[in-house]
Amino acid sequence: MSFLIYLINGLSLGSIYAIIALGYTMVYGIAKMLNFAHGDFIMVGCYVIFTICSTLSGNTLVGILAAIVLCTLLGITTEKVAYKPLRGAASPLAVLITAIGVSYFLENLALLIFGADIKSFSSVVSWSGLSFAGGELKIQGVTIVTILSSIVILIVLQLFIHKTKEGQAMLAVAEDKGAAMLMGINVNKTITLTFAIGSALAAVAGALLCSAYPSLSPYLGAMPGIKAFVAAVFGGIGSIPGAMIGGLVLGIVEILSRTYISSQLADAIVFGILIVVLLVKPTGLLGKVIQEKV
Amino acid sequence: MSLLQVNNLSIAFGGLRAVDDFNLEIEKGELYGLIGPNGAGKTTVFNLLTGVYKPNEGIIRLDGEDITRKNTIEINHAGIARTFQNIRLFHQMSVIDNVKVGLTERFKYSGLEGVLHIGRYHSMEKAMDEEAMKLLKVFDLDMERDTLASNLPYGKQRKLEIARAMATSPKLLLLDEPAAGMNPNETAELMDTIALVRKEFDMTILLIEHDMKLVSGICEKLTVLNFGRVLKQGETKAVLSDLEVIAAYLGG
Ligand SMILES: Nc1ncnc2c1ncn2[C@@H]1O[C@H](COP(=O)(O)OP(=O)(O)O)[C@@H](O)[C@H]1O
Ligand SMILES: [Mg+2]
Repeated sequence: MSFLIYLINGLSLGSIYAIIALGYTMVYGIAKMLNFAHGDFIMVGCYVIFTICSTLSGNTLVGILAAIVLCTLLGITTEKVAYKPLRGAASPLAVLITAIGVSYFLENLALLIFGADIKSFSSVVSWSGLSFAGGELKIQGVTIVTILSSIVILIVLQLFIHKTKEGQAMLAVAEDKGAAMLMGINVNKTITLTFAIGSALAAVAGALLCSAYPSLSPYLGAMPGIKAFVAAVFGGIGSIPGAMIGGLVLGIVEILSRTYISSQLADAIVFGILIVVLLVKPTGLLGKVIQEKV
Repeated sequence: MSLLQVNNLSIAFGGLRAVDDFNLEIEKGELYGLIGPNGAGKTTVFNLLTGVYKPNEGIIRLDGEDITRKNTIEINHAGIARTFQNIRLFHQMSVIDNVKVGLTERFKYSGLEGVLHIGRYHSMEKAMDEEAMKLLKVFDLDMERDTLASNLPYGKQRKLEIARAMATSPKLLLLDEPAAGMNPNETAELMDTIALVRKEFDMTILLIEHDMKLVSGICEKLTVLNFGRVLKQGETKAVLSDLEVIAAYLGG
C-alpha cells in the first residue's frame, strides 16, 4: 500500500515536471532555443500568488489568474527584448548565454524585492483529499489536482496544436521555419504565442509546485527547471508527448529512489538515467532525427 | 504593365557572381521557362525573388509594386509563392494540413476562439477544409487527404507542394525543377497538372527546368541562364533555334 502512495506522489511530482517540460519543449521545438530562464518564470508565478494571497489577502483564484497573466507577459517580453534580437546571431550560444543572464536577473530581482528568507506558501488547493481502503490509502487533494491538471493541460494543448490553425502553424514552423515563412506564416507571431503558452504553463506549474512543497525562495525554480529540462530531453526535446512521458518517468524515479534507495542519491539517479537514455537513443524516447535542410 | 519586372538583379557569394545583371519581364497569364545548366543560378534567382537572399543590386517589381526589400513573408503576402528543388513539405503533417498551412493567413480567427472552439472557429475551419479539398481535387490528391505527407509517393509530394503554394493564392507561382527525379510518366502527368493550374486559376507561372525538351513543349517564353548571366531571352521557338545555332557553332 505504501508503494502505491509513493507511486502516486511520484506521478504528482512528475506531472509538475511534465507541465514545466512542455514549456521547454515547445519553445525548443518552435524557436529552436533553450530558455534556461523558464524555471525562474515558475518562481515569479509563485511570488505573484504569494503576494496576492497573503500580502494583499486576495482570493486564491485571483492569485493564480494574475500569476498566469503576469508570467505570460513576462514570457512575451523576455522573448521580444532579450531573445528575438539574437535570433539571427552567428552562434546559437549567444541566445543561450542571454537566457542564463535572464535567469540570474529574475532571481536577483526576486531577492531584491522579497529578500532571501524563505517564505511559507499556503496551498492553492484547500481540499483535503480522498481516502481509500478504510483510511489506509490517503491521497492529498493537491496531489489529485496536480495529476488532473496535467492531464487536462495535455489534452487542451494537443487539441490546440492539432485542431487549430495557430497550432498547425507551430508545427509547420517547428519542422521548417524557412518554408513556413515562404508560405506566408507569421513566424514572429507563432514564436510569441509559443512563449506565451509556455510561460502560462510555468505559472500553473508554480502554483502546484509551491502547494506541494510550500516554501518560497528566489531560487525555487532553478532545480525543477533543470529537472524538467532533463525530462524534455529524456522524452525527446521538441516532442509534446515526450515531455509528458519524460516528466512522469522522472517524477516517479525521483520519489521511488528517494524512498527506497537514498534521498541524497535521488538526483544522481535521475541524471544517471538521462545519460544512459541518451547513450542508447541520442534523440530521447520520442525524439526524431532532425535533418539539416539545404 | 508586366506582372513581374526584374531589372539589373545581381548577387555575389564571396567572389562568385551567382546572378549577374539579370533582367526579366513576365506578363499576366504567361508560362515562362527559366533554363540553364546546373549551377547557372536559377535557384538563386528564385531565392532573390522570394526574399530569401537580398540582392546586391537591382529592383524587383510585382504588379508595379517594388518588393526588393521586403522579407519572405511580406513577399508571399504580396503574391509570390514557390516550390523547392528539394521538396520541403511539412512531412510530419497530413496532406490536407499542409495545404491548410498555406491557407492560414487568409482565414481569421483568434487563438482564444481556437482554444475554446467558439466564435468563428467552426465556420472558419470548415471554410478552410472546403477550400483545401477544392485544391486537393485539382491536384488529384483528395483521396489522400489524411495521409502523412512523408508517406506520399514522390510524384504526389511534388504535386502537394504546388497545391500548398497555390493555397496562399499567389499572383505568380514559381516552380523549381518540379519534374526533378520523376519518371517520364510522372513528368508527363505533371506537365498536364501545370497546364491545368494555369487554366483553372488563370495563373502566371515561372518554371525552372534544366531539361530543355521539357519546357519547350509548354512554355511560350524562355530565359536561358549560364554562369549567372542571361544567355538568351524571348519566344521559345526563337530562343531554341538560336541555341541550336550557338551549340552548332561552338560544338563544330
Ligand atoms: N548561399 C550560397 N552561398 C554560396 N554560394 C551559393 C549560395 N547559393 C548558391 N550559391 C552558388 O551559386 C551558384 C548558382 O547556384 P544555383 O542557383 O543553385 O544554381 P542552379 O539552380 O541553376 O543549379 C552555384 O555556384 C552555387 O554554388
Ligand atoms: Mg537549382
